[in-house]
Amino acid sequence: MAALLEAGVPGSVVTSTDEWVEVRPERLVDALRWLHDDPEMDAAQLSNMCGVDRYDHFEVVYHLQSLDQNHQIVVKARLHDHEAASVPSSYPVYTGALLQEREVYDLMGIRFEGHPDLRRMFLWEGYPGFPLRKDFLQISADHHPGLPHFPFETGKQER
Amino acid sequence: MTTASEPYVLNIGPQHPSTHGVFRLRVVMDGERIQDIDMVVGYLHRSMEKLAEERTYTQNIPFTDRTDYLAAMSNNLGYCLAVERLADVEVPERASYLRVIFAELQRLASHSMANGTFINDAGAWQTPLMYMFREREKILDLFEMTCGARLTTNYMRIGGVAFDPPPEFYPAIESLIDEMPTRIAEYTELLVDNEILIARARGIGVLTAAEAINGSITGPMLRASGVPWDLRKAEPYCAYDQFDFEIPVGHTGDCYDRFMVRLEEMRQSVRIIRQALDGLPSGPHKTEIPLALRPAPGEAYARVEGPRGELGFYVVSDGGPAPARFHIRAPSLINLSLLRQMAVGAALPDAIVTLGSTDIVVGEIDR
Repeated sequence: MAALLEAGVPGSVVTSTDEWVEVRPERLVDALRWLHDDPEMDAAQLSNMCGVDRYDHFEVVYHLQSLDQNHQIVVKARLHDHEAASVPSSYPVYTGALLQEREVYDLMGIRFEGHPDLRRMFLWEGYPGFPLRKDFLQISADHHPGLPHFPFETGKQER
Repeated sequence: MTTASEPYVLNIGPQHPSTHGVFRLRVVMDGERIQDIDMVVGYLHRSMEKLAEERTYTQNIPFTDRTDYLAAMSNNLGYCLAVERLADVEVPERASYLRVIFAELQRLASHSMANGTFINDAGAWQTPLMYMFREREKILDLFEMTCGARLTTNYMRIGGVAFDPPPEFYPAIESLIDEMPTRIAEYTELLVDNEILIARARGIGVLTAAEAINGSITGPMLRASGVPWDLRKAEPYCAYDQFDFEIPVGHTGDCYDRFMVRLEEMRQSVRIIRQALDGLPSGPHKTEIPLALRPAPGEAYARVEGPRGELGFYVVSDGGPAPARFHIRAPSLINLSLLRQMAVGAALPDAIVTLGSTDIVVGEIDR
């Protein structure tokens, strides 16, 4: 599978095992599009995606599903920039990424470049930090708990 | 002369009977028509994925009850399958059969609730809902008999199920399974040609097969769009490969088809329970696992066909006693990905029916 992907999208595969294939973040959307369009791979559905904090890097894991061939493809992208982790959005290929990417952004703090509506989802705008990160509980000292303004409202009305 | 209209924002929820929980819709209306719709969630966010990182694998099972509290058994099952895959635990055959029986009972209960509240949203106020609750009540009694709880069951264990059902369970489930087909026939007669339902649900909230697949829609919503995709057939877990059942599909992918698919799935669930009860093997109901389970570093993704769709659990182990990462693929949330597409341009009451037909559980959306 990894060899086919590398042939289809040159320069995309970093490493692979029997279970998953890791691709370069900048080639991620091309790789997903190729997997989606290729009749052999037929990754028609983005079944699941989530972020994993591995301390020194983030992993974004995509579980792709072929409904006709009945197989699953697991694609990973590794992000080494902990401060400004960002990966291209897969929304142009899969509309089902709309809420899943918002969830990963909200809880893990990974930005998806090109996502049409990247906002916090469960937590409010301005929430300090991203809870699913392993270093979340080391909240910065200048943070004051409480709401500065009403959630989801536009405009800055300080308390 | 025409009067110019001006868009206005209408808030539905967080407390509203049609949102089935604390869920808010922010709708931009142009007269009667919806211009834009946005959902605001998080009122029930308990951060279970974070909490799970500080609890052992077994301690996390009760969390899964409290995500989708209308289908606790399916959630238990999905999580236990993921940990079993991660830690390489064998499950006795009797446990697999019991898991199938309880997962299908849960599907019956959940679909009863889904269909009842859906008709409630469509305008047939309360009476059909109460009929649906009658059977659900009996199923919850069976759960109580077996594991002591009605909603938050915490019944599945890593390596099997917690308890063998007591002797009084078997006559009770026999009588339920015997009477269920007549009850479902009753609903069919009462509801399928019901004018309220047809007028309110036909041609509303249509999703084509291609849209549904690309939008990660799963479960009855995907099948209503005409895609015969069911994980019980495609990737049989437990003992589903030994039973004979069919996958109902719809034609148009509208709200009416979603209702019909759920009704037909109830019939198929009864068939599966019948076969599982007849073939229930004897033997142990659980494999003993170490109290401090420490799976080798690695990751596992297991999924089941929950009542709302593909219910997946992604568990990552770093060799410690607690999962390093615990992610729930929540079908209630992901099935709302195409809400805007289904609702924009429709009238407001149709959006309520569409939302009802997606069968969301807010505990699972927010987690």
